[in-house]
Formats: sequence, structure tokens, C-alpha cells
Amino acid sequence: MKSLGSIRRDFAPWNDPNAKPYIQFDRVTKKFGDFIAVNNLSLTIFEREFFALLGASGCGKSTLLRMLAGFEEPSAGRILLDGQDLRGIPPYKRPVNMMFQSYALFPHMTVEKNIAFGLKQEGMPGADIEKRVAEMLKLVKLEQFAKRKPHQLSGGQRQRVALARSVAKRPKVLLLDEPLGALDKKLREETQFELMDLQQELGLTFVVVTHDQEEAMTMADRIAIMDKGEVMQVATPAEIYEAPTSRFVAHFVGNVNMFEGKVAERTASTTRITGATGAQIVVDNGGAAAAGSDIIFAIRPEKIKVSSKKPADAVNALEGEVYDVAYLGDMTVYHIKLDDGQIVRASALNASRITEDPLTWNDRAWVSFRPDAGVVLTR
Amino acid sequence: MTNIAATASSSTETAAVPTTLAKGFVNRLVIIIPYLWLLFLFLVPFIIVFKISLSQTAISMPPYTPVLDFKDGVSGFLAGFRELNFDNYIWLTQDALYFNAYVTSLIIAAISTILTLIVGYPIAYGMARAPATIRPTLLMLVILPFWTSFLIRVYAWIGILKPEGLLNQVLLATGLVSQPLVILNTYTAIFIGIVYSYLPFMVLPLYSSLEKMDYSLIEAAQDLGCPPTVAFWKITFPLSLPGVVAGCLLVFIPAVGEFVIPDLLGGSQTLMIGKTLWNEFFSNRDWPVSSAVAVILLLVLTIPIMFFQQAQAKAQEQGR
Repeated sequence: MKSLGSIRRDFAPWNDPNAKPYIQFDRVTKKFGDFIAVNNLSLTIFEREFFALLGASGCGKSTLLRMLAGFEEPSAGRILLDGQDLRGIPPYKRPVNMMFQSYALFPHMTVEKNIAFGLKQEGMPGADIEKRVAEMLKLVKLEQFAKRKPHQLSGGQRQRVALARSVAKRPKVLLLDEPLGALDKKLREETQFELMDLQQELGLTFVVVTHDQEEAMTMADRIAIMDKGEVMQVATPAEIYEAPTSRFVAHFVGNVNMFEGKVAERTASTTRITGATGAQIVVDNGGAAAAGSDIIFAIRPEKIKVSSKKPADAVNALEGEVYDVAYLGDMTVYHIKLDDGQIVRASALNASRITEDPLTWNDRAWVSFRPDAGVVLTR
Repeated sequence: MTNIAATASSSTETAAVPTTLAKGFVNRLVIIIPYLWLLFLFLVPFIIVFKISLSQTAISMPPYTPVLDFKDGVSGFLAGFRELNFDNYIWLTQDALYFNAYVTSLIIAAISTILTLIVGYPIAYGMARAPATIRPTLLMLVILPFWTSFLIRVYAWIGILKPEGLLNQVLLATGLVSQPLVILNTYTAIFIGIVYSYLPFMVLPLYSSLEKMDYSLIEAAQDLGCPPTVAFWKITFPLSLPGVVAGCLLVFIPAVGEFVIPDLLGGSQTLMIGKTLWNEFFSNRDWPVSSAVAVILLLVLTIPIMFFQQAQAKAQEQGR
């Protein structure tokens, strides 16, 4: 069975037409004065899903999260949680909890009291609170820090207290606003996996806001790419990467080479593209592009092969010269200047220590790729 | 290898010593200035007052005896020194007037402080939550009264509060009262005067502690199930306590010894220690007794000051 990316997914309610949506943004608009933060946006999130909102700052992703938490009300449209319209329900009555970007730990309370805060507010009996707090401390491995105040903890420990506090009430949905933003790189990678394990263990629905694509790719079941208050694409990480539906998404996630061109010929199985500068490209999936239409052909650098001679069996091969080489250890990145002037980025995994076909600056080189290596974008 | 390392570190140490010494000297020179200030403008005057409080009143110039000087040589100085005693302090305990004046002052100051807090907190809170662009203007408005003479502002209150004053005219004209209210020359007038005059001292520290508070803490509290009022009492108020303590002491301490406000607004029958002290000094010309009153007042006020410093040290230790 062929699949995009290297993971086979068993959890995919979004492909099931009978699956009941859990969170629904229904034509939601949010305006701040004249500024439209969220523009007529519809989005469906399923139960137990790890959903990421990914976008540059100011794209409206945090506003979306804050509307779900109840700190902002939509200017228009509805937000449904488990079938219930959330309009008019104040944040303190919503069955969602949020982990704040700044963590927002109460500085005058110990770790223990911070975690117990929401439970106490709920009127849970003292003995049960104690039990739950102990459970939460164990979950985030902070048992010995129960009596500390937030200012006596490291950044990573604070992050875990904030997490424990936000899941202590067993919310239906946990909202995470840049949960790993304040951690250093190594800790961030570790914590990504911890968060995924935690989500599995507790069986909660997670909605995470992030501007870090790697973070979103690692953790999320599905990602919504946002730009200027609108959703550009909602899909699994593999689909987002391998089958972007627009230039914006292709460009936003990872590196990409774009060839502008026209569809010269379309048959049932192949599409022939003439590049704006003369390059001929044949792909086996033309998408919705009709013959004669202007399109963009997008291809990821690692799907382009670089060689000093023209590969005999290649369907697509373009000639040029080596413009730049960067050896990164695990891979080598080439910038090839094609004879038509376009610069193509290609990366080769250094799977062996010795390279048979070494290339250096100003060498003549060929770039080649398979007909299924790229995507045709119409917008 | 270890030898090289040892030599290297010791050589850097010897190089560092002269610079740290020079730096230490400069640092000390800098802190000497405030110490000299305190010595000559606080400690020396206090010793003089304390010495006068141990003397006896006399009809002379200056109006007390002994005057410690070297007119009769060292033996004369020592003889004068032996004459000093605590009689004035004993006198203060024998006349209930002083004790009552101290207690009344403390009570009036305490009530005024609480009233100032009640009036000042919402103002500070409103300022801290106002849009950042208008905060400087609001801050300015709080400080603005300082640009006018304190005395004139207190006199202005006489014009407002007196039976035929502005307030009564408005109340009578609108028919809210049929008889003019008697406010001037009562304790109410003193409270109004103190609350009005000391409000900026309350608002400024409150504002500074509320303003630096992260608003996401309130959102977090609400997110965890607190209605806004509960969030205020559980999060905002406890976190503003350093400001509350600072503001209360900045109002309470000067209010205890306040003289102008009770004298102008409180009338003749009010018994506050500042007024008592003024009477002893200017009416009775009894410098030693008034000095003793001042020394006791200082001791009484040292307690809240120490409390304040302790609270500040604690706040600093918490890193806030």
C-alpha cells in the first residue's frame, strides 16, 4: 500500500465521513477594530486528536485559541464543542484548559498549590485533590519539587508545572499556546515526545499553537497552516509536506524549488510542462491543471538527484553548473545554476562515507527527478 | 599539566587583585556619600534633640539647661553631662494627655490609612489596566497636586467643608440636606484631609506593583475556574501586597505625626501628637518636653518601619 510519508496512520477520523466532529469553527470571524484577525474560518477537530495551528506571528492562530478558551468572543460565526455552542460561556465555565506561553504560574504559590488551584476552585474534596496533585506531579516527574515556588525552578520545570496544572482538571480539550517556545532546542525535542506520550496516556484532545514547523510536524496528527486569518491547508504532516495545495504552504513548510511554467500537454497519466525559461518537465500527476494553464511546479530538494553525467534513464533531467556546495555532515546541499538561469536547490543524503561522484564549484552537473517527485500547483 | 594550570590561575589572580582593590575603594567612596548625608542630616540632629529631651526647661537662651559647652573647660562639660536625666520621659507617663494624644494619633492614622487604601486601590488598579498610551497622563494627574503648595490645598478644603462652604451649598441647593452639615472641625474633616493629601503616596506604590503584574495570571485563574472577583482576591490582591504594605506605611508614618491637617481642619479640640508637640514647643516654650515627645514618637514609628523593611526584604528574596 502506498502512503505519503513513511508512517501508516490508524487514527484518521478525518477520513471517516461518519466521524462526529468534536470542535467546530463555523465561519468564524474576529475583528479587532479594523484589523481582521480571523476571517470567515471553518475548521473541524476530532476527539483525541493532536491538532496543530501553524503560522507566522500575526496569522490569527493565537486568536483562534483564545476564542476557544473564551478570552475573546468571535465577531461572527459559531464555535461548537461537542455539539454545544460556546458563545457567551465565560472562560471559567468552559471545559477547556489552556497552557499559556508565559506559563502564567502563580508566583505566590508553591508548585503543589499551583496544580491544586483549579481543583480547589471546582470544589473537589481535599483528599481527592491531594491524590490528583500527587498523580500529576508523578506524571511530569516533579515529585521532589512540590514545595518549591515557581521562581526556584528552571525553565523546563516551570513548563512541566504549567502542563500539570492545565491537565489536572481533566479538561475535554487542552489548549497549548507555544508550549515549548521558551525551552532550548535539546529540551524542546525531548519535551515534544513527552507531550505526545502524555496526550496518548490521558486520551485528551490537544490543540497546540506554534510557529515552529518542526514542532508541529513532530507532534500533530493534523496541521492547519494559517495565513492572514485564513486556513491555507489542513492535513497530516506528510500530506502538508509531500502534497501542498498552494505555493504558500509549499513555501512555508520546508525548502522547495519552484518552476513557473505552462501545461503544454495533458494525457490521462502524464502532464508535460514547459518552463517559463524553456525547461521541459514531465510529471505523472497534474492535479487539476488544464492544458494551457499557468502553473507552478514545486519539488523538494531531497527529491532531486545531482550527477556529473546525464542519467540514462531519467525522465526529467536539466543541465547546469554547480553554484554552491554546503557539506552539512548528514547531507550535502547543492545549489545548481541551470543553463536557463534558475537556481535549483538539491540535497543528497550522505549515506556512505565515500562519494563516487564528487562535485565541486563550477563543475557541469545534471539535476534529475522522477515524474512523481513534485507537485503541480495552480494557486 | 596541573602545574601549568595552577600557575596560570595564580598569575591571573595577582593581576586581578590591584583592580579589585581600586574598584573596592571607588565603590566604598560612592556609598560614603549617603552615609555622610545620614550622619549629618539625620543622626547628628537626632542626638541634639535627644540631648535636649534629657535637659530641663529654663528661662534663658536657649530655653533649657544644661547647655553642654566648654565655657568652663572639660570639668564644666562633664558637670553639665551629669545633670542630664530622664525626668521629662517620666513626666510624659504621668500626664494622661500625652498617652491619649499618642493613641488618638495612631488610631486616626490607622483609620486614614485604611480609607486611603480603599480609595487608592481602585485608582491604581484602573491606571494599571488603562491602555499603555494614556498611563503616563494618568500618572501625571496623580502627581499634579504636588505642584501646588500643600498648605494652600488644605486651606482649600476649609472652603469646601465649612458650613457655608461649597459642599454644603451644593447639598442645600440640590435639596439633599435641609441643614448645612457640620464637617469642618471634626474628625471626619481630618480623615478627608489626610486621605486627600496622602493619596498619591498610596496610589504610586500600588500602581507600580499592579502594573508589572502579568495579566495572563488573571486569565490563567479564570481558565482554571475562577470568576473575575475570585481571581482578584486569590491572585491580584496577594500579588499586590508589597505595594499595599509600602503604600500603607508611606501614609501611616507621616499621618501619625501630622500637624497641619488636624490644626487647620480638625479645630482646637482634636488631640493629635503633632499638635501637642507644636503646643509644647511654641506655646509653652518647653523644648525638653517637646523633644521627649518627638523621641518617643520616633520610637513608636520605628516599629512599622522595621516591619516595612522586613516585608521589602522578603519581597526582594522572592525576586519580585
